[in-house]
Amino acid sequence: MAAAEFRDAATRALADPQLRANFRRAMDGLMTKRAAMFADRDEWTALRSLGAAVRARSLLQLPELLERLEAKLTENGVHVHWAETVDQGNAIFKQILSRHDATRLVKGKSMVSEEIGLNHALEADGIEVIEADLGEYIIQLDHEKPSHIIMPAIHKNKQQIARLFSQKIKDAAYTEDVDRLTGLARQVLRRKFAEADAGVSGVNVAVAETGTLVLVENEGNGRMCTTIPKLHIAVMGLEKVVERLEEVPPVLSLLTRSATAQPITTYVNMITGPRRPGEKDGPEEVHLVILDNGRSRVFADPQLRNTLRCIRCGACMNHCPVYTRVGGHAYPGVYPGPIGKILTPQILGMDVAGDLPHASSLCNACVEVCPVEIPIASLLVRLRGEAIRPEPGAVKGAGSHADPTEAWTWRGWALAYRVPALYRLTTFLLTRFGWALPGRMPLLKEWTSVRSRPRFASQTLHELARREKVSNQ
Amino acid sequence: MTDARTAILGRLRAAAGKDVPPAEDFTVVSPRGWTAEHRLERLRRMMEAVHTEFLDCRGQDWLGPLRDWLIQEGVPGLIYAPATAIGRRLAAEWSGGVPLISYDKAMAEWKEELFAQSAAGITGTRGGIAETGSLILWTDADQPRSLSLVPPLHIALLDVNSLYDTFWQAMREQKWAAGMPTNLLLISGPSKTADIEQTLAYGVHGPKRLLVILVDQC
Ligand code: SF4
Repeated sequence: MAAAEFRDAATRALADPQLRANFRRAMDGLMTKRAAMFADRDEWTALRSLGAAVRARSLLQLPELLERLEAKLTENGVHVHWAETVDQGNAIFKQILSRHDATRLVKGKSMVSEEIGLNHALEADGIEVIEADLGEYIIQLDHEKPSHIIMPAIHKNKQQIARLFSQKIKDAAYTEDVDRLTGLARQVLRRKFAEADAGVSGVNVAVAETGTLVLVENEGNGRMCTTIPKLHIAVMGLEKVVERLEEVPPVLSLLTRSATAQPITTYVNMITGPRRPGEKDGPEEVHLVILDNGRSRVFADPQLRNTLRCIRCGACMNHCPVYTRVGGHAYPGVYPGPIGKILTPQILGMDVAGDLPHASSLCNACVEVCPVEIPIASLLVRLRGEAIRPEPGAVKGAGSHADPTEAWTWRGWALAYRVPALYRLTTFLLTRFGWALPGRMPLLKEWTSVRSRPRFASQTLHELARREKVSNQ
Repeated sequence: MTDARTAILGRLRAAAGKDVPPAEDFTVVSPRGWTAEHRLERLRRMMEAVHTEFLDCRGQDWLGPLRDWLIQEGVPGLIYAPATAIGRRLAAEWSGGVPLISYDKAMAEWKEELFAQSAAGITGTRGGIAETGSLILWTDADQPRSLSLVPPLHIALLDVNSLYDTFWQAMREQKWAAGMPTNLLLISGPSKTADIEQTLAYGVHGPKRLLVILVDQC
């Protein structure tokens, strides 16, 4: 599905000037502001190496750290659950919720909950899930998926949001005033926080040493979801753990500065357990769902494992020339931009998303800004190889994009480069008769459908060199 | 779900490498060697940039200036935590003008009122962080979490002698890892969002205003 989907969706997005303008404006602003945050190059280099070292260390000790985290959380009174698949993840949520007769949920922003399709799964069981992050709330009203991992509603302008609110919120008058729009959402959501049976959140960093779940946010909706309802369920990908509390500050500094160019978010919320005896508020029960969903397979390959360093800052998409032009909705899966191009094919499989690694010019912009030094471009190249490798490889669905025409073409290419006579013959034929190749032939037709067809020079470079008497030196 | 646990950990263990973990150099997040004046100036500048308000009560008692401020701003009531040092002083010495409301019961018993009617909540802090302009808040049996979250105005007392250069320094010198509270917070301004066209708007879900009272003797 998705391969063709990306192509078609990208083509449609490119034809939508409003969408392109919305993204262009937002990404330009984000890039400029981020650059100002890291104006001190020495500090950036030092902080980035520290961040990369923290993440690399966690991955090196991942199984031990997860066990330590589980033990510590359990000691703190938090219930820990493990989910291998999306379905298991949703089933765990349903079990916990049904034990508490919880039917009204408020949820803070969490990409992992999007990954497992939590809202959909719970709504099918008659449970109301309200997205409480303003951006998430906006797209939930419009039945859309996030178009950016940090700013989910970035594809919409305020006129579109004004229209949406006036249609979907009871008694809301049309207004394009951002403060009044925000006020409208505050009114609706405050009631929801007060009435909710349970709150759901993601996790930015989990600390094994202390059994602490760290969440960053600006709005206070995350604090509401994790403070007000009697039940709090957090969900995270298994890569989110770090060993020690002191590793949190560099990771958060890189995260908030890379994501939104803030030295820190308004709230850093560190949760180390449910309400203790005598405390007047806070959830009575806290659960953590640790999700695999293909991550342990990514982990198995020493090169691809670097994908799991990601701290989901979104800087790679803000700087991606492809993302800026096609927007987040063109990508299959929930993670758009460069991180999506390396993560989604590994999670959903190359057969489903094997085209994504090609949605890049390998310009390296993402590699330059990634705060944890993920070699995104090399991973893209590696995955392009996995897509066509005839043997099933490390990645799910490897080899599914193998194309005999392409394979034979490369075999011919290799042969021509090994046999001088054949090389000379091929180049001679192409320079003299290349013009006669039909534009509709395989491999050429995709190119010529949107571009003029390449013209062969009338002489090869070797011939020109001989004529000009260029020496072999 | 023990099966899932065994399977996941099994796969991870089978693949875990033998490499030596890279060393971590924390110099970049270490204390900056700033002076007390610079720390305070920086914290204030960073927090004001995100709409935090300040009431400077250094060298004087804060009760009077706070009362005047609340009256001037037309704040109809102030919720306080009676078992904290600040709460005890308020209970004993408040001279009226603005009604005090004691947070002396579980939130569930007055959630409706707290959400619908509360105007302001006052808390203490465990210090501040100059680099990022942040307040450190511990919550516990005496100081509830919702006191700094639900009322539209959050007032926090900050002792200027408890400022740290960096987040990393604060957590190490205060030995957080030795015993975390159920909820430890860094608060760096009033609640805000930029989810509509990247335009900043304050007071989305948490407090709309944050007032920091600077003191040098508590
Ligand atoms: S890959 Fe790097 S830049 Fe992209 S979201 Fe992850 S950490 Fe940020």
